[in-house]
Amino acid sequence: MSAGTGKPARGQILGAIRRSLKRDAGDGGAEADRRLAERPQGPAVQRARLPRPQLVELFVQKAEAVQCSVARVESPEALPEAVADYLKQHNLPSALRVAPDPELTDLPWKDKAPLLTVAAGRAEAEDSVSLTGSFAGVAESGTLMLLSGPEGPTTLNFLPETHLVVLRESQLVGPIEEAWARLRERQKTDRGGSLPRTVNFITGPSRTGDIEQKIQLGAHGPRRLHILLVADEPG
Amino acid sequence: MQATSRNFKDNAHEALADPNLQKAMGFVRTGFIEKRKAAADALPEFEALRDSARDIKNHTLANLDHYLERYESKATENGAQVHWCATAEDARQTVLEICRSVGARTATKGKSMIAEEIGLNDFLEKNEIEPIETDLGEYIIQLRKEPPSHIIAPAVHVTQDQVEADFRSHHKHLKPDRPLAEPQQLVAEAREMLRQKYLDADVGITGANFLIAETGTSVIVTNEGNGDLTQILPKVHIVIASIEKVIPTLDDLGVILRVLARSATGQEMSSYTTLSTGPRRPEDPDGPEQYHVVILDNGRSSMLGTEYQEMLRCIRCGACMNHCPVYHAVGGHSYGWVYVGPMGAVLTPSLIGVDQAGHLPNASTFCGRCESVCPVRIPLPKMMRHWREREFERNLNPPAQRWGIRAWAFLARRPGLYRAVTGLQVRALGLLGRRRGRFASLPLAGGWTRHRDFPAPQGRTFQQRWAERRRESGRSAA
Ligand code: SF4
Repeated sequence: MSAGTGKPARGQILGAIRRSLKRDAGDGGAEADRRLAERPQGPAVQRARLPRPQLVELFVQKAEAVQCSVARVESPEALPEAVADYLKQHNLPSALRVAPDPELTDLPWKDKAPLLTVAAGRAEAEDSVSLTGSFAGVAESGTLMLLSGPEGPTTLNFLPETHLVVLRESQLVGPIEEAWARLRERQKTDRGGSLPRTVNFITGPSRTGDIEQKIQLGAHGPRRLHILLVADEPG
Repeated sequence: MQATSRNFKDNAHEALADPNLQKAMGFVRTGFIEKRKAAADALPEFEALRDSARDIKNHTLANLDHYLERYESKATENGAQVHWCATAEDARQTVLEICRSVGARTATKGKSMIAEEIGLNDFLEKNEIEPIETDLGEYIIQLRKEPPSHIIAPAVHVTQDQVEADFRSHHKHLKPDRPLAEPQQLVAEAREMLRQKYLDADVGITGANFLIAETGTSVIVTNEGNGDLTQILPKVHIVIASIEKVIPTLDDLGVILRVLARSATGQEMSSYTTLSTGPRRPEDPDGPEQYHVVILDNGRSSMLGTEYQEMLRCIRCGACMNHCPVYHAVGGHSYGWVYVGPMGAVLTPSLIGVDQAGHLPNASTFCGRCESVCPVRIPLPKMMRHWREREFERNLNPPAQRWGIRAWAFLARRPGLYRAVTGLQVRALGLLGRRRGRFASLPLAGGWTRHRDFPAPQGRTFQQRWAERRRESGRSAA
């Protein structure tokens, strides 16, 4: 790259930091390594420490407070109907772009929602409704956590005007710390510890306050965020 | 951006006379403050989380070299290309070279204060790459060819009527009589205008709220989703971040996120918090093929180890300006550079020099509200005082002020004389002003009395009254 960057600039910047901090030559960063290994947690947020039924309630309440809508769905098989109902109720197009995730694509779409056109893949510019799964729901703030990967194209979370997300109750956690723990666990077994390319925390639909601080939904991302909360055994 | 911070006084005078600005600033005075308070009050652990956020940042700054190295090695392990840049010029060149390497003609941009700091847009334009701002506020000020006036709400100085007029004059291909009186119509039009641009751009440029050493990840926090469209649709994603953005772990991110959105907009979480690690993986259906991170110093390393080190804790929430009476009155543009309000008054002299920005630390009433709301507890008033002292040492303030401060210092070092002189002054002023209780003008205090009356003293000096109080409380305690 250019003259000012790369190796010389790296040494120059790190050297300047060390000089300013009056760093000992013998300090190899043991303190930093300790923190990275121990990962101390901050103050615990009490409101997120709840038994499961109340955790579900807290999640729903928090998600609705940020203008999500939430539908409780009894089982995965009931999802196609729940999706069709929602789209009809809001007068939305019946073409659906679904994440290429067998848990979603293998649902009984033809039998249970014959009027929907369902295509799997990443989002294209013309898509107006998407359906994705999710990795976790954080009850503390009503936040969804979605991971990129072969089964989770990130474009589905942002391009369409309406985003439908399937979340199983067993995927709910209390505070965000529990979400980190689950993520680390998954990545340890799946990917040698690396994070997916993209981890999206989504708390309500897209919004802006840039015009006289009046909040408007649907600035660039989805205007509607609908959560299909599926009952299952706590896993 | 060319700094005009030296002209703070003139800028501020103009601002006070600008009715549109004064109307727009009215929304800051109420909106942000009430929302932050409601969000802070609703979380019992909020104050403890602020302490924790402060400690995380202090720890990171004390080990900044180590965390940057660890961040870099994790990031490159995951396929990121990390570019170290000592100066703004280096960073501009680096971004340009990346753009040229893929033959880019347009670059979409998420909101980035670092891009503003290095004047990236003008530079790209001069080099025939069109920068397209996608954050609604940034889009508005790009149309208006203005700098941002707030670090999280860049168009906070613009009224809705002005936005409507700007859209009508720039979006010429749309029907001139289309309805645009509602904010939702303006938002929808901007959404429509930018849609194709996201899809066509060759490069997407975002800032970073944080870099995470544990995982080699960059993080953006937004509400509109524009930053995400910017970084997932083009082939190349460039992140520009300054050295102090690094934090150790995901758990540390959790702590800081809890205070960031609450302090900024009164939300518990912003709509989108996005973690990016490397480029798309071979099996991913979308995402950028290249992921570059530009790490910029631009003067920050020399703030470490000085009385300004604590400023590097700043997480750019904007609470200090939202609560600042001076900022409310004069708006962001008066500060003359990209960082405004109390944080700008401390940071700007550090980054562009006290000779360029020496007036800014004077733009304070020392009311202390900025420090009381700062999520990482930066002692902003104390730091502004440090700058005032520096400015004085370097002879940069006007002779009358220097003479006055010297005279005061001469007296202050001689307590007996100080008591005698101030006692005399107070008695004299008290006698002169006893009829009206105030002075409409006073010699040597024109700067004060031009805008408000000076109250006549009530007969005794502060020291005299203090001594009396001490005597009284001593008696009652006995
Ligand atoms: S100085 Fe504190 S209050 Fe101001 S922007 Fe930075 S973190 Fe926020």
